[in-house]
Formats: sequence, C-alpha cells, structure tokens
Amino acid sequence: MPEDTEVSRGPVVTPVRVVIGLCLVAPFVAMLWVGSYAGTDPAFIGIPFFYWYQMAWVVISTALTMIAYKLWQRDQRARREGGAK
Amino acid sequence: MNDGVNGVALAVFIFFFVLVTAMGFMAARWRRAENEHSLDEWGLGGRSFGTWVTWFLLGGDLYTAYTFVAVPAAIYAAGASGFFAVPYTILVYPLIFTFLPRLWSVSHKHGYVTTSDFVRGRFGSKGLSLAVAVTGILATMPYIALQLVGIQAVLDVMGVGGGEDTNWFIKDLPLLIAFGVLAAYTYSSGLRAPALIAFVKDTLIYIVIAVAIIYIPIKLGGFDDIFASASDKFTETGAGGVVPNAGGQWTYATLALGSALALFMYPHSITATLSSRSREVIRRNTTILPLYSLMLGLLALLGFMAIAAGVKVENGQLAIPQLFENMFPDWFAGVAFAAIGIGALVPAAIMSIAAANLFTRNIYKDFIKPDATPAQETKVSKLVSLLVKVGALIFVLGMDKTVAINFQLLGGIWILQTFPALVGGLFTRWFHRWALLGGWAVGMVYGTVAAYGVASPTQKHFGGSSDEIPGIGEIGYIGLTAFVLNVLVTVVLTVVLKAVKAPDGVDETKPADYTADAGDPGVQVELPPATAGSSH
Repeated sequence: MPEDTEVSRGPVVTPVRVVIGLCLVAPFVAMLWVGSYAGTDPAFIGIPFFYWYQMAWVVISTALTMIAYKLWQRDQRARREGGAK
Repeated sequence: MNDGVNGVALAVFIFFFVLVTAMGFMAARWRRAENEHSLDEWGLGGRSFGTWVTWFLLGGDLYTAYTFVAVPAAIYAAGASGFFAVPYTILVYPLIFTFLPRLWSVSHKHGYVTTSDFVRGRFGSKGLSLAVAVTGILATMPYIALQLVGIQAVLDVMGVGGGEDTNWFIKDLPLLIAFGVLAAYTYSSGLRAPALIAFVKDTLIYIVIAVAIIYIPIKLGGFDDIFASASDKFTETGAGGVVPNAGGQWTYATLALGSALALFMYPHSITATLSSRSREVIRRNTTILPLYSLMLGLLALLGFMAIAAGVKVENGQLAIPQLFENMFPDWFAGVAFAAIGIGALVPAAIMSIAAANLFTRNIYKDFIKPDATPAQETKVSKLVSLLVKVGALIFVLGMDKTVAINFQLLGGIWILQTFPALVGGLFTRWFHRWALLGGWAVGMVYGTVAAYGVASPTQKHFGGSSDEIPGIGEIGYIGLTAFVLNVLVTVVLTVVLKAVKAPDGVDETKPADYTADAGDPGVQVELPPATAGSSH
C-alpha cells in the first residue's frame, strides 16, 4: 500500500540529497583519519596542529551540518509543493 | 592539598547553590499545563521546549560535571589520547541529524516516552523492549554516581570534603545536603527543574571557560610554554604524549566513533530530545549544539595548563579544581566551583528522570500493572527517581570511586549495544526481533568479558576501555568491537529466522509516522497552544 509520505514523492536519490549526504559524511572521514592530523606542525599561537585542527573541524562540521539543514528544508518544501499540485 | 576551608570561594559556591535550589522548586510553575499528573508533563516537561530551552537542556545534559573534570584530567594524565572527546562530539551531530527527527516524530505520533516504548511498538516484542530498558537503567546509574564524584572533587578542593581525620558523617554531609535538595526539586518539578537550572549552569560554565582560556595562558607565559612543559613531563614519565603515536591512532578513532554512536542511546539524551516542541527544533539544535564542543576542546587544554602550572595531585580528578584554586582569585574560584557543582545537578536530575521513565513505562506498566493510569505512572516515576538517586549515593559513599568509574566505562559499552534495535528500527523493519535480542546479548557478553580482561598498572580488571580488535590486531575501543559483532549476529540471525518463518511480531507504526511534524493531523499536541507559549 503506497503511503502518502513526504519521502515517497519524486526520486529518492537526487543531486541535492547527495550533497546533503556528503556534508554529513565529511566530518567522519576527516576525524577518523587520525594519521592525517597527528602532528605538531604547523602550530597556531603555540597550540600544536593536532589540537587546533580538530577544534577547527568543530566549526567546519557545524557549517556543513547547517548547509545540510538548509538544503533539506528546501528539498522538503519543494516536494510538498510539488505534491500539492 | 586541603589547607583549610576557602571561605570566599565557599560563600560564592553556596550563593549559587541556593539560587538554583530556589529556581528548581519554582520551575514547577514554569509553563505549567492543565494536566500535570501525566508522565508527559513530569517526565518530558509537557513536550513543549523550543530551540533555546532544548539547547540549554541538551547542553546541560550531555556536557556533565564529570566531563568537565574527567576530560582535562585524562589530558593531564596521558596527553593527546584524552582529546578524543572533541572528535567524538563533532561526530555526534551529523549522526543525530539523520535519525533523531525520525524518533521524535514516531514518538509524538504514538505517545512514546522512552526508547523502549518505541522498540516495543516497532517490533511488537516486550522482551526486546525490556532488554533495552534494563540496559538503559544499568548504564545510567553509574553515570549519576559519577556526577556526585564531580561534586565531591569540588568540595574536596574547597576544603569542606574533610580530611582523613574527620568522621564519615561530617565528611559526607555537604554531599548529602546537595543531593537531598536535588532529589526534592526533581520530585516536585520534574524535567522543568533541570531545564531552568541549565541556564545558570551553562552561563557560569561559558564565563569560566572564557576567562580560564585567556587568563591562565597569560599567567603561564603563553601556549608555547604550556605545551613545552607538558611535552617535557610526558618525556620524563614515558607515558602519553602531546601527539598520539602511530599505535594509538586506532584507539583514538574507534573511541571517538564508538562514543559518538553511544551518546544518543543514553536515556537522558533521549528524554531531553523528546521534550522539544517540534522536529525542526532538533535539526536546528544539531547546528548550534557544537558550540559546546568548542568549549569542551578549550576545556581539555586546561589539562596541559595544570601540568604547566605545576599542579601535583594524586587523584587526577582534582587537577582542574586545583588549577582553578591556584590560579584564580578566591571569589572567581568560587564561581568556577559553582559551575562544576551545578553542572553535576542538571544531568543528575535528567538522568534520574530518564531512568525512572524507563522503569515505569517498560517494567512497571508492561510487566507489573498493565492498567496503570497516567497519574499512577507519574507517581511511580517520581518515587523511582528518588530511589535511583539514593542508589547512586550509596554507590559513591559505600564503594571505592573506581567502582563507579569502572561501571561507567562498562555502561558506555553496554548502551551502544541497543543501537541496532533503536536506530536500525527507525529506518527499517527488516531486522527480526529475536535476532536483535541475540545480537544485543552477544554484544553485552563480549563487551563485559573483554573489559574485565583489561589490566592497567593500577587495576587488574577494567583497567581501560580498549583492547585488541580480533582479526585486525590493532588496539581499539571494546564497545565498537562489540557493536560490530552485535550487528553481524543480528544480520545472520535475521536471515536464518526469516528462512524458518519465525513469527515477526506486529508493527504498530506506519512509514508516515517517521516524518510527521507538529501540526500534522494525528500528531498529539500535548499542550493547548496558549500554555505551550512562545519560548524562543
């Protein structure tokens, strides 16, 4: 029985949704690849690379989540309007 | 280190403590609804919290006093490896962005109060729901106990913890008072109390961190000097380092990932989430909650500052309170101590409410008294929240602190084993309920046995949370290994059970339930709009 849900309208995988997915996956790749940042140089105001790089990723991942959120909102709105027609 | 009572700091501490106590009791009247004798009201604050209240509540809930004491303490003791808390909290948000809104929607649609409610409804299995509930309660108890350890550390440094010569009653009296007060206002105000107090807690914490991160490095001659002296210390003792070595990288990554997966399996995280007013509130929160991660990162650096400042403590937990006492003027040290102390009260209250809700909904109502009315449920929940706290208190006073820490470590491993049932269930009904139960059991047993076998220089068992990953040979977080095993067993058993056509249980949810938002037809609005009010 087809449920009339917001996700069932239109194709499931769209370019916008791929971008949303990438935004959400990027922090995992960056943070779990510890070898890419386990060093002391370059230091920032005396703080070794290892520490400031991860703190910088707090900001980067926040920005990415925010982009994902905005894109998702737009995606849902477009779908709802598309379905109402 | 206790050379007498620090009077000024103590006075400031008591001032803030009295302030939040008054707020805690007044919270009962904050945005109160018509029907206050329901679990939705007492245990979820009427499901009415907007973006900012939810932000404070979740922040106050997840970043506990113990976190503030333990993360820098780990850095103080071992350096870089303790910093995994930062990638851990980075990974939490993209993760919950994908599944929490679905949990919110289905819970609102069906009136679920706990994760076990959802599991029972989705898989039609009381056994599986009981497993999830018991795991949640077991994992939460030691966590509450550790909040007390946080308060104790602060009291100790202020000199009111008592020395070895005072008798046990005088020594523990301040802790008993703090806890009695906490229990009383949680009982009367429910989730509204920690929600209101969280404002004070977070404001204090942010002020303290902002001051500490600027003031202390200036006094110590800058970050160059701080890291240089930390590096010297690690070279000297031969343990730890400023950067993780090649062997430690697997441990670092698996700890970050495993902890991130586990965090929102904890009942108290879910309680705070379900109390929010709409699905959007949760998504919006995933974009503003990382501010706390930034703060946690800065806080972690205090561990290095404690080394550079020459703080020498036997019990690593005391390193940060002692650093504050040494570096700050007395009155500001009092503010910092109050921040940690109140930081313990907020999560302790939410955790005890969450554990009580689990007991009431998934043990009392499912197995003991199926026809319980909402008023009876609320009464049982209130009583259990008291019992849970008394239990935690006995834990801390009666047993060695390391017992609480060991159990907390185990709790993290255990709670992760409920992930397949909960998150798996949110996206697919493919898993078989008995397979999930089997996977859970295997994960629990493996995790417990593996953690028991870890020895450290000071402990024969439960010496740490990392062990060799079978088949890979690297050292990794036991919880994550157990989780992978759990998923494997679940998948294999599901295939087998489906092949033999084992009864699958009734699913009371519909696909549309997972995307419903407040205002959609059929979504319960627990509060009349007038009292739900604007809360931005």
